[in-house]
Amino acid sequence: MKIYRLIYTRAGRIFVNGVWKDNPIFCMILGICSTLAVTNRVENALAMGAGVTFVLLATSLLISSLRKIIPARIRMITYMLVISTFVICVDRFLKAYFPRISEQLGPYVGLIITNCILMGRAEAFAIKNPLGYSLLDAFSCGLGYSYTLLILSVIREILAFGTILGRRVMPGTWTNWVIMAMPAGGFVLLALYLWIMRNLAKLEPEKGGI
Amino acid sequence: MQTHPLLIFLGAIFAHNIALVYIIGMCPLIVISKSLKTALGMGISVVFVVILTACLNWLIYHLILLPLGVEILAYLIFIITIATSVQFLEMVIERFFPPLQATFGIFLPLITVNCIVLAISLFMVLRDYDFIRTFAFAGGTSLGWALVIVTLAAIKERLMLTGDIPKGLKGAGITMVILGILALGFMGFAGMVKM
Repeated sequence: MKIYRLIYTRAGRIFVNGVWKDNPIFCMILGICSTLAVTNRVENALAMGAGVTFVLLATSLLISSLRKIIPARIRMITYMLVISTFVICVDRFLKAYFPRISEQLGPYVGLIITNCILMGRAEAFAIKNPLGYSLLDAFSCGLGYSYTLLILSVIREILAFGTILGRRVMPGTWTNWVIMAMPAGGFVLLALYLWIMRNLAKLEPEKGGI
Repeated sequence: MQTHPLLIFLGAIFAHNIALVYIIGMCPLIVISKSLKTALGMGISVVFVVILTACLNWLIYHLILLPLGVEILAYLIFIITIATSVQFLEMVIERFFPPLQATFGIFLPLITVNCIVLAISLFMVLRDYDFIRTFAFAGGTSLGWALVIVTLAAIKERLMLTGDIPKGLKGAGITMVILGILALGFMGFAGMVKM
């Protein structure tokens, strides 16, 4: 079987949707807060991407396996509880093994709870679909989120500090663009990124004017 | 010595604006900023909910969680408090202030998953504020956020009349550009208050 045919199977479609067509950031505009707040350094972005992907996987696993016994009326609060439990795990893990990153991320680790991607995937996918597909969906959305974070953080760290992961990559004469490490630079960079990616993905423009 | 509550209040509005400096609460900023009227409704609802939940969470954290030594459960408890108090507020408004229901009722369920409500509680724990400071911080932060969403909606309403925006930038893209420029403006306040 040829590789490219794989994308026409159901699993392939889910994967392509998560990573590209329905990418959480540039198509669905979810999870913008953390995208901007943690991408000033590559290591923070890596930690955040891994954390969100882990919580996505764990939540999908639990919600999808329990989908037949979760009463419809209280499903939202169930998602909240499941998500916050796993976020506590991530928080403790970072505190124990990467105390420096945990300190830099500060409240943003806890804010994974309110990251719309998690609620969104649980409600839109995991509650209705079998375990395998839900896990795949969670993984591909996590991947789509993480690579966006990685791209933005690489650009921002190079321009703002001249480094990647703390290693110097720009020549010594490079003047740091400090504005890129600040929120203002992040906003404008994200706008440019959205513009480029939406043109590449050939998305329909949003309805209703601006 | 800790910062004076009034300084915290002003600092949270301007120098440490939660939307433009900490970049929290973006989803409603992008989605609900299409008209000035709804933006104002959302802003006021957020102010109420944030002050209420921050005070409740402070009491729960300091009177229950700390004495029992279970700070590890803080995230879980905070989110439950927020969800419950939002639900309660919704019921109270529905029962006693029906005219408000049409204006604010629709925003309340959205606020549960709004990052700022949780963020205030997390900052309050990280910075070790006492009750008065938590109150000042919650008030200032939520007013600062309301200020940003109202400003953004006003700018977008103007832009809608005159703007000729590239296809890919419509919606979220142009909102980000406006927010970037606003953030540049708010950088003028940076460093005036130490939190």
